[in-house]
Amino acid sequence: MTSATVGDTAPTTRTYPAYSRPLWRRVLLTREFAIIALLVLVFAWAAGNVANFNSPLTIYFLGLDNAEIMLIALPMALVIITGEIDLSVASVVGLSSVMVGILHQDAGLSIPLAGLIAILVGVVAGALNGFLVAYVGLPSLAVTIGTQALFRGLAVGLLGTTAKTDFPTKWTNLAQQHIGNTRYPVIVIPILVLLVIFVWLLHFSSFGRGVFEIGLNDEAAHFSGVNVARTKFILFILTAAVSAAAGIYITLRTGNARGDNATGDELKVIAAVLLGGVSIFGGRGALHGVVAGVLLIGVIQSAMRLENQTVNVINIVIGALLVLSVMSTSVLAWLSKQSARRTGLGTLRRRQAVASSSSTTER
Amino acid sequence: MKFSTRRLSALAAVAVTATLSLTACGSSDNNSASGGGNSSGGSGGSASGTTVTFIPKNLGNPYFDASDKDGGQKAVNEFKGKYQEVGPDTATPDGQVSFINTAAQQGVKALVISADDPKAPCSAIKQAMSAGTKVVTFDSDTSADCRDLYISQASAEGIAKTQVDQIAQQIGDSGEIAILSAAANATNQNAWIDLMKKDLAADHPNIKLDGVVYGNDDDQTSFDKTAALLQDHPNLKGIISPTTVGIAAAARYLDTSSAKGKVALTGLGTPNQMRKYVKDGTVTSFALWNPSDLGYLAAYAAKALVDGTITGKQGDTFTAGTLGKYTVGADGTVLLGDPTVFDKSNIDKFNF
Repeated sequence: MTSATVGDTAPTTRTYPAYSRPLWRRVLLTREFAIIALLVLVFAWAAGNVANFNSPLTIYFLGLDNAEIMLIALPMALVIITGEIDLSVASVVGLSSVMVGILHQDAGLSIPLAGLIAILVGVVAGALNGFLVAYVGLPSLAVTIGTQALFRGLAVGLLGTTAKTDFPTKWTNLAQQHIGNTRYPVIVIPILVLLVIFVWLLHFSSFGRGVFEIGLNDEAAHFSGVNVARTKFILFILTAAVSAAAGIYITLRTGNARGDNATGDELKVIAAVLLGGVSIFGGRGALHGVVAGVLLIGVIQSAMRLENQTVNVINIVIGALLVLSVMSTSVLAWLSKQSARRTGLGTLRRRQAVASSSSTTER
Repeated sequence: MKFSTRRLSALAAVAVTATLSLTACGSSDNNSASGGGNSSGGSGGSASGTTVTFIPKNLGNPYFDASDKDGGQKAVNEFKGKYQEVGPDTATPDGQVSFINTAAQQGVKALVISADDPKAPCSAIKQAMSAGTKVVTFDSDTSADCRDLYISQASAEGIAKTQVDQIAQQIGDSGEIAILSAAANATNQNAWIDLMKKDLAADHPNIKLDGVVYGNDDDQTSFDKTAALLQDHPNLKGIISPTTVGIAAAARYLDTSSAKGKVALTGLGTPNQMRKYVKDGTVTSFALWNPSDLGYLAAYAAKALVDGTITGKQGDTFTAGTLGKYTVGADGTVLLGDPTVFDKSNIDKFNF
């Protein structure tokens, strides 16, 4: 990557030596990688210094406690990359939990069937969000604040202050089982399956290119053939459907269906997604960062709880970390701007030269 | 470009160090952490150094500050154990689960929990119990199968009788009274009201119950219902409000109305919300169990379980410090006793 090969016929082999960076820098100097490095550091530090952290139970509880956050964070990352947001996810979790409880215990359906219907209810809820945002064109922040209250109200209204608690032990045990003799809970399997699906969707499909495109500039995306409205519509449905699935998991894990399950979880999810390097303005982010973001928050909480820290101190640390990580983006942008200015006009001229020559060859 | 790389890595280094030092600031001192584990081995034979972890419904709640920091900690210090209090910042059904999990990892000897939900923490508690942790619930019980003992604040009969006795004393055992309750379908409220009605019919023939009104545990509704009560029943001599929200709203109304001092008010309230009204004579006395005694008793019960002096079966007896001797009742329940009555003479001793 040292000499410019301007005038190559195949655009794929064209390189931009003036401002493309070597591969190692493109991989390592990213926010995603910084979060992964931090995760490794914190984990190693905790394993060495925090009593009882270095035990198989830690991993097991980490999986159990953060499963729902991890599940919902995957589709939420895509929604945020398009520049939208969905604050109604935790209310959908509550609604789905209540649906499972009512359908299983009042209507006598089996758990898989009740779960399926709960997911369908989630799809309907997501379709409502998606329709209002994508086709009516309302701002997602306002819409999902509204539906957050609406779905939560429905969930609490359906059950009142009571809870459904008699679930078959076969299912409640399944939600807590280990995979064979490993330290990983069974819930890790569906998480991995969904992770593969979403990684393919976001990073290896044309749909995913469209997602980034919309986040960068939805006008441009529209004119380059991305169906903006449909993409957003699908994403809101996916988010609500996955949230509903998380609701089934929570119901079985805690053995209770309550309207106020998962209250406040939407902010935990969004915090993890943003910590993982997804830009709140849309257009940038990657799922390996999101996974690391969820795990980092989980590991810090776990280690600090073992250190007998109160929940307030834990929240302060995680809040500070989030602010720092969001700040770092702007600082990095400012720095690279400065360095660009400092390296002077030479680069700029070279860039322009490359740009003009490439535009001539592109015809 | 090389230059900026160095800048970037420096910045990343700074960010990492900052975060790590923040986390380090968070940890009070590493000695206590490694000592606090108490290594899950070791039998529960010697109680000195028994770690008792309190998990309230939520932190920053005056009621649990009184039960845990005040009563519980006092008891733990008396038997020279280690006191800890951890918990969620908001009371959500499964908010306590991760803290119970952590306690199981640390191998603490005893957990004292006021459950946010009777079912949600159960699997986590069972896991802790199978690792040898003794579990005592107080204030709010879990299902009976996932705890060793439940410390009940007061019996329904005791709560009902205390309130009827107070109102009878304040209105001279004759006249019209009314009840201001919470929600019409609140289980505990209705149980108490039924018992009060029985008690009135049996022992206080001259007191006439005009009716029960519901303020839904909402301050404004309770306030309005109090006003309506006084208008509808001009001869009303007393009000019983067995809910902390209701009694405070009723007291606020009476305080500003012409009925102040003429209509007696009693019920269940907390000293902090009622202090003003007791001092200015609107309210003579009201009742509530003493949360700090509740936490104190729970801590001693936990210690007795860890020591093996009791197992939690019916008929076991243990001594709870200054509170004296207690017997385990049916379903592993220990009853604290009658509610505490608060009046001018003792209200300043309490802060919750």
